[in-house]
Amino acid sequence: MTRVHDMGGRFGYGAVLPEPDGIVFRESWHARALALTLAAGALGCWNIDMSRHARERLHPREYARFSYFEKWLAALTNLLVETGVLEVSDLLPCASDQSTQALSSHALKAKSANALLGRGSPTTRDCQGLARFSVGDTVRAHRLAENRLVQGGHTRLPAYAAGACGRVLCHHGFHVFPDSNAHGLGEAPQPLYAVAFPAAELWANPEHPRDEVVLDLWESYLEPMQ
Amino acid sequence: MESSENGPVSAHSHLPSDPELRVKALEEILVRKGLVEPAALDAIIDMYQNRVGPRNGARVVARAWSDPDFRNVLLADASDAISGMGYAGRQGEHITAVENTRDTHNIVVCTLCSCYPWPLLGIPPGWYKSDEYRARAVREPRKVLAEFGVTLPEEKAVRVWDSTAEMRYIVIPERPSSSMGLDEDALAELVTRDSMIGTGLPMEPQR
Repeated sequence: MTRVHDMGGRFGYGAVLPEPDGIVFRESWHARALALTLAAGALGCWNIDMSRHARERLHPREYARFSYFEKWLAALTNLLVETGVLEVSDLLPCASDQSTQALSSHALKAKSANALLGRGSPTTRDCQGLARFSVGDTVRAHRLAENRLVQGGHTRLPAYAAGACGRVLCHHGFHVFPDSNAHGLGEAPQPLYAVAFPAAELWANPEHPRDEVVLDLWESYLEPMQ
Repeated sequence: MESSENGPVSAHSHLPSDPELRVKALEEILVRKGLVEPAALDAIIDMYQNRVGPRNGARVVARAWSDPDFRNVLLADASDAISGMGYAGRQGEHITAVENTRDTHNIVVCTLCSCYPWPLLGIPPGWYKSDEYRARAVREPRKVLAEFGVTLPEEKAVRVWDSTAEMRYIVIPERPSSSMGLDEDALAELVTRDSMIGTGLPMEPQR
């Protein structure tokens, strides 16, 4: 039903180890992996939901074993091949193909990097449709935290919130729907809401009766409560 | 129905397994094919290493502490307020500011990946991306806070924000009561990265 990346609430982990401010990249290859991922993304062959899903689709053993930027590198390599930007033969040590691709005209230039990163990719869309829920409404998250369009597909409803009741805190407008966009099925924008769930609705032993967890959830993840 | 599974062998397994060699190999392949320009990689790294980081967020918080009108705009529409200060862009396209009060302490996590407000706080620290933080911050935020040396009074509620969509959250911590009379620059010095994620508190001014 869910994948290894869906970690919220899991048991078995130890202490969080704080780090001082000021360390941006602990290893120089971390910086290179991040930059390579952003620059390859600028080729325009996939969107952010596809790249998140590529990380989630790593084999669960690899996902658990890889450090953070190793996940990025493995997912980037898989995406490059899946989208046809590279062939598997390009990855082999003997590869020496010097041919540049038509796609190389899209390669990110140093002088454009600031503008690209400064612009970002907003996910709000102007839509005429009505929002089904209003601030203050009580809603229930779907009992199954699964993509309804693609089996095993990308979704942003964490398993720990599935079936839980909460109240709508705010309406963020219409946002691109990752469950569709991650699979090339279109942006299919939907209303996005911040929904507050009492901790007691999510956990058998909440730490405090007034604690809450707020999640941003798309309208199709939610159903109304009377 | 379409399915979303990988084949038996992932493409990445053809690259060297050592991550330092792996990134070098992939960069060489992409450069050779004209798909990546090394100078563009340097420009990206320079941006996040040297120019975008938690000092940006600290200036936003200091301004919110000093200027009630700005605070109101920030809480109503943070994306608009911060873009007026020149902060915008990737992983900060949509921003919400959440304010700590006497009654509520806010803390931010991304249980599904590592979503974080880059234009305000830079690249997330290692612990923010760790399995430990992602698993535990939603279920036992008070125990996690204790590991950061933060103990909340019993009467204060914790609100954990799980960044499940493209909305990014920044915490506006409570202004230290001993900071009266300080100007914005001095206030910004008190604002730590962790205080804007919610795992820390601002520093007290040096007397």
